[in-house]
Amino acid sequence: MLDQHKQAFREEALELLAELESGLLELEKFPEDKALIATIFRALHTIKGSSGMFGYDDISMFTHDIETIFDLVRSGKLTVSKQIIDLTFKSLDYIKAMLDDSSSKKFSELTETKEILHSFRALINSTKSTTPETVTSGTIVQVADTQVTQIYYIHFKPNEDIFLSGTNPLLLLNELEEMGPFYIRSRDIAIPAFTEMNPEKCYTAWDIVLSSNKNINSIKDIFIFVEDDSTLCFTVLSKEGVLISEDAVELFLKETAKLNKLVDNDIISLYVQSQQKKNVDEQHIREADRHKIHHDGEVVSSIRVSAEKIDQLVNLVGELVTLQAQLTQVANETSSAILLAIAESVERITWDLRDSALNIRMLPIGTTFGKFNRLIRDLSKELGKEVELITLGAETELDKTVIEKISDPLIHLLRNSLDHGIETPEVRQLAGKNPVGKVTLKAFQSGGYVVIQIVDDGAGIDKEALRTKAVNLGLLSPETLLSDADTYALMFNPGLSTAKQVTSVSGRGVGMDVVKKAIDNLRGTIEVKSEKGKGSTLSLKIPLTLAIIDGLLIRVQDQFYILPLSSVEECVELTRHDTVMSNQRNLINIRSEIVPYIRLRDFFLIKGERPEIEQVVVVDINGIRVGFVVDTVVGQHQTVLKSLGALYKNVEGISGATILGDGRVALTLDINKIAELQEIEEKSTLV
Amino acid sequence: MNKWIMTVDDSASVRQMISFTLHEAGYNVIEACDGKDALAKLSNQKVDMVVTDLNMPNMDGIGLIKELRKKTEYRFIPIIMLTTESQIEKKAEGKAAGATGWIVKPFNPEQLLSVTKKVLGC
Repeated sequence: MLDQHKQAFREEALELLAELESGLLELEKFPEDKALIATIFRALHTIKGSSGMFGYDDISMFTHDIETIFDLVRSGKLTVSKQIIDLTFKSLDYIKAMLDDSSSKKFSELTETKEILHSFRALINSTKSTTPETVTSGTIVQVADTQVTQIYYIHFKPNEDIFLSGTNPLLLLNELEEMGPFYIRSRDIAIPAFTEMNPEKCYTAWDIVLSSNKNINSIKDIFIFVEDDSTLCFTVLSKEGVLISEDAVELFLKETAKLNKLVDNDIISLYVQSQQKKNVDEQHIREADRHKIHHDGEVVSSIRVSAEKIDQLVNLVGELVTLQAQLTQVANETSSAILLAIAESVERITWDLRDSALNIRMLPIGTTFGKFNRLIRDLSKELGKEVELITLGAETELDKTVIEKISDPLIHLLRNSLDHGIETPEVRQLAGKNPVGKVTLKAFQSGGYVVIQIVDDGAGIDKEALRTKAVNLGLLSPETLLSDADTYALMFNPGLSTAKQVTSVSGRGVGMDVVKKAIDNLRGTIEVKSEKGKGSTLSLKIPLTLAIIDGLLIRVQDQFYILPLSSVEECVELTRHDTVMSNQRNLINIRSEIVPYIRLRDFFLIKGERPEIEQVVVVDINGIRVGFVVDTVVGQHQTVLKSLGALYKNVEGISGATILGDGRVALTLDINKIAELQEIEEKSTLV
Repeated sequence: MNKWIMTVDDSASVRQMISFTLHEAGYNVIEACDGKDALAKLSNQKVDMVVTDLNMPNMDGIGLIKELRKKTEYRFIPIIMLTTESQIEKKAEGKAAGATGWIVKPFNPEQLLSVTKKVLGC
């Protein structure tokens, strides 16, 4: 039987080859003839398709590349050249040889055929179009069936127009039934009233519980022709052949029936109902609570959990946030309404979960304030000073890890205030001040930051002394003019201390630089204000948490970066025109206010063409507005901060990295540091 | 009563193979060499299913599917298209035109029969 077909194929193929030859000769004369090209392509296509079917795999493989070439020609991606025609002629001879030779000689292994194929591939590659990937066969893919019987739950909701593609869904269900004992229930909730029903549409969906020893892929294969257009969901209800729970099937069906109604009925009315019910419930709960308090007189208000567990929870939430971003991205790409709705719900819950999880780690800063009272008392005695410590805002909450790290710097700053700031009672009396010095430790929340201030009513910082010292140490040239803030910043330089004498408490010039580093590591800032004779104020601005922040995702060329959203004030456009108007200086006029900007493209030395319109993200850095010029502002991004690891931890200007939805890495920018570095660079170019 | 199936392909050998296989399995088969031929022959004999190649002269498979779906009597019958692995877009196009399913060339008689049984139900 097969031989008879083979014979028929051989005859047909020879005919086609002859047709091809004459076609090619014509094509040599009229290389632009579209109809001719189409004929040649079709002949090749038929040879390829049929040869595989009748056991001429060699021909099929060989013809594939020639066909690809003519497909490219047909679509205009390649023009007919002498090379193509010569190569095709040569290959036709080989195909003929393959047809005649009934022996199982491997033509594909001959050097000549390999050479031809090689030239063809080179041509294909030159067009840079990738050959389409292999489609999965429409016929059943053979997968080894598992010996274990599994229970599957299948939900199948065909596309409404399934009949129009000639598909009978009942046949699919019959096929499913052949897989093993099964239980089916139809969902008829979507069937409209008789007057509105279109008999050409399929409104029914089915829930099936199937017990089968077939592999899940064989079951999925039943739906291969409809899976693209239908809602299909497969769940394995059993584990190693055993049902997850005894009455799982019945229960599952009952639940899905309920769910079915929930999904398909008027969802809004249900939502309203549930809200009302919730309100009633809440009232009940409140009343019950009141009762409880009356009756028991004691309600458990907190539990102790090890910090490790919470850290793990926060880590997991971090992973979830990353994953959720991925889900959202995929949902947006596939633009499936159902998936989008799920992705949005997941997003909302993830955010709530994140807030709750981070909230657990929040501790009132008062826990650290407690130990300062003792410190001040001991210190003031040692120094022969009288000091009163006032703490305000002890209830301000900060991440536990931040509180742990902030304790030491605070101790150091308090010591400094006591040692350098507060005068001895005699001096104070002479200056007409209360002999008892006052140090106020104040904490309050401001945006995504907590500000901790140490205010003393001491002598203030001696600017001149600081300056002289800096000049003596060679940190500053005598003629440099410095703003107050810059002068005060000098005290964070290592080796600088204005204390006239070294005490056990402070004055060795080590410490302030350590404080600065510690605050930097927390991505915080220090600001110093002082008035001679009246006292000084040190403000520490510390981000609320180190784990997850709200970030603004931006793009420069193909690089993504994150700016802390809490610092972002606004985003404006920057056109080429603007750049020219400001005489090439990095300044932009925003509502008649001059804002300096830093072009991240230049800062990170990113190559490539600047877009016509760039975006300026204006951030607040210690009260100064600074713009960051980027290509595109992508949008808000839940940023799970990851450290860059030991090798890159000292990279300045980058505080970490985060993983975006599509798996790419975005670097989080340390805007304070970048502004600082830029300032230093600009100063050095001015000199 | 035996079901009627039409096979449409410009390659005589493929047609021969398909009709032989289907005939052996108890179906009645009509052959057509392209879309136009198929439409002409279908006006004489009503069929229960069509197996068509996509790449054909005169009227291609997609055109044939579209034409058939316009006719009341062929609105809901199964139509199977024969594709090669390099025709992914064609597959989508065919589905959009109203094809029921597809068989990827090269295929063997068993595959053809299993798909036929799948969409015809017998």
